[in-house]
Amino acid sequence: MKIMAVCGHGIGSSFMMDMNIKKVLKKLDVDAEVEHTDLASVNANDADLFVMANDIADSSGLPKDKILVIKNIVGTKELEEKLSAYFNQ
Amino acid sequence: MDGLLFFILDILKVPSVLVGLIALVGLIAQKKSLSDTIKGTVKTILGFIVLSGGATVLLTSLTPLGNMFEHAFNVQGIIPNNEAIVSMAIEKYGTATALIMAFGMAANIIVARFTRLKFIFLTGHHTFYMACMIGVILTVAGFEGVQLIFVGALTLGLIMAFFPALIHRYTRKVTGTNEVGFGHFGTLGYVLSAVIGGIVGKGSKSTEEMDLPKNLSFLRDSSISISLTMMVIYFILAIASGSEYVTTNFSNGQHYLVYAMIQGITFAAGVFIILQGVRLILAEIVPAFTGFSEKLVPNAHPALDCPIVFPYAPNAVLIGFLASFAGGVIGLALLGQLNWVLILPGVVPHFFCGATAGVFGNATGGRRGAIIGAFAHGLLITFLPVFLLPVLGSLGFANTTFSDADFGGVGIVLGYMAQYLSPNVITAVIVGIFALLVIYNYTAKQPQLVESDE
Repeated sequence: MKIMAVCGHGIGSSFMMDMNIKKVLKKLDVDAEVEHTDLASVNANDADLFVMANDIADSSGLPKDKILVIKNIVGTKELEEKLSAYFNQ
Repeated sequence: MDGLLFFILDILKVPSVLVGLIALVGLIAQKKSLSDTIKGTVKTILGFIVLSGGATVLLTSLTPLGNMFEHAFNVQGIIPNNEAIVSMAIEKYGTATALIMAFGMAANIIVARFTRLKFIFLTGHHTFYMACMIGVILTVAGFEGVQLIFVGALTLGLIMAFFPALIHRYTRKVTGTNEVGFGHFGTLGYVLSAVIGGIVGKGSKSTEEMDLPKNLSFLRDSSISISLTMMVIYFILAIASGSEYVTTNFSNGQHYLVYAMIQGITFAAGVFIILQGVRLILAEIVPAFTGFSEKLVPNAHPALDCPIVFPYAPNAVLIGFLASFAGGVIGLALLGQLNWVLILPGVVPHFFCGATAGVFGNATGGRRGAIIGAFAHGLLITFLPVFLLPVLGSLGFANTTFSDADFGGVGIVLGYMAQYLSPNVITAVIVGIFALLVIYNYTAKQPQLVESDE
C-alpha cells in the first residue's frame, strides 16, 4: 500500500499532508508507505491512493476512485475521518 | 593522524555531505532504525547533488536569455525565481547555507521558547532559501567562520518567528482559528495587501460570491505555468534580438523560434529538477525539526505554507494571481521608463504569492481589497529585487534572483546595514534585538491570555 500526497509545487503543503497522513496511519494502525509530489510528476501508477486538496483535484488527471479529496489540509481530523472510511470500506 | 583530520575537515567542507550529516543527527535523535537512518542520510545527500544538477540545466537556458536581453534592450533582465538563484548560490555558499539553516531552526525553537514570538516556521524550502540568502549577504558583507554562522542563524531564527507573528491577526481572520500560524516569506506583501484591503474595501462583497471559470486551475501546476510564461518571454526576446543574432550566437543554426521554445521549457525543466532535489533534502530534516519543536515548545503555533489559505477563498486565489501579475507587468513598464534593471514578472511568485495576497486582501476588503491589494503586492515584488541585487555581490549579476517579498525586505535591510556598520556592530544589533525580546517577555505584563490559550 502506498499513499501519495499531492500539491501544486510538491514541496510545501503536500509535505505537510504527508506528515499528517503518517500520524493518522499510526493512529489507525495501518502500515503504508507515504510520499509527496507535485501535480506535474504525479502518475496513476505511483501509488494506490492520492490525497489532495479540493482546489487541485480536478486538474490532476488521475482516476477518480484513486483520489481522496480533502478540504482542510491543515489538521488531521478530516484526514482521519476520510482515511478510516477508506480503509474500512 | 593528520591524514584523518584532513579527511574529516575535507568531508565537512562538502555541502552535500554536511546536509547529510544534519539529517543523520536528526534521524539518530529521533531513534530511527538503522535502515531508515542510512536511507534518509543518503537521500539527503542525493537531494543536494540533484539540486546542483538542476542548476546546470537551468543555466543553459538562463545564460542565453541574459545575453539576448542585453542585445535587444541594452539593460540587465532578471527573472526572479528562488529555486534558480539558490541552485546557483549553493555552489559557492553551500556550507554556509547548510549550517545557517540547521542552527537557524534551532534558533527558531529558542526564540519561540523565550520570547513572545511563539511561532515555529515549518515551510522548509523557504527556511532553506532564506538561509542561503542570509549566507550570501553576510559573506559579501565580510562575515566569516563562526561569526557568520552565529549571526546568520540567529537572524534566521528571529525572522522565522517574526513574520508569522506579524501577519497572525490577518491569518486568524482568514482561517477563523488561532491555532495555526502562517509561514511563508512573502509576508510583507500579504500584510500590505491586507492593510490596503482594509482601507479600500468598505462594503465590497467577498470574491467567493462571484462565479469564475475553473479552467485556469491548470496554472496551479507550476511546471506547466513556468514553461508557458518562459516560452512567451523567450519568444519576445528572440524576436526583439532578431533571427540572425540568435542563430549565429546560440542556436547553432536551429530556427530561432524553435530554439526559443525549447529554451523556455528547459528553464522549467531546471526548476523541476531543483524542486526534486529540494524535496529530497527536506524529507528528513523537516520532520525532525517538527518533532523537536513539538517537544521543546509545545505552546507554539506551527506556521505553515501559503496554500493552507487557498481553500478558504478559491476565487481570490485566481483574482490575486491576475491582479498581482498585472502589477508585475505595470511595474516592468515603469522600470523600463526609468531605465533601471528590468524585473520580469516571474510566474511562480505571482502565482503563489499573488494568490495569497488576494486571499488576505479579500479577508479585509472583499473583491476590491483582493484586486487592489494583490496589485500592490505585484508592484512590491517587482521593485524590491531592484534594491536587493546590489547587496548580493556577484550573484546580483545572475539574471535571476530571490523573488518573494520578505527576501527583498530582509535582504535589503541586512545588506544596507552591512554597508554602514562593521560585522561586530551588526552582531551586537542582532543579539541586542534577541535580548530585548527575551527581556520584554519576562518583564512586560502578559496580555489577555484568552487568545493563546484557545
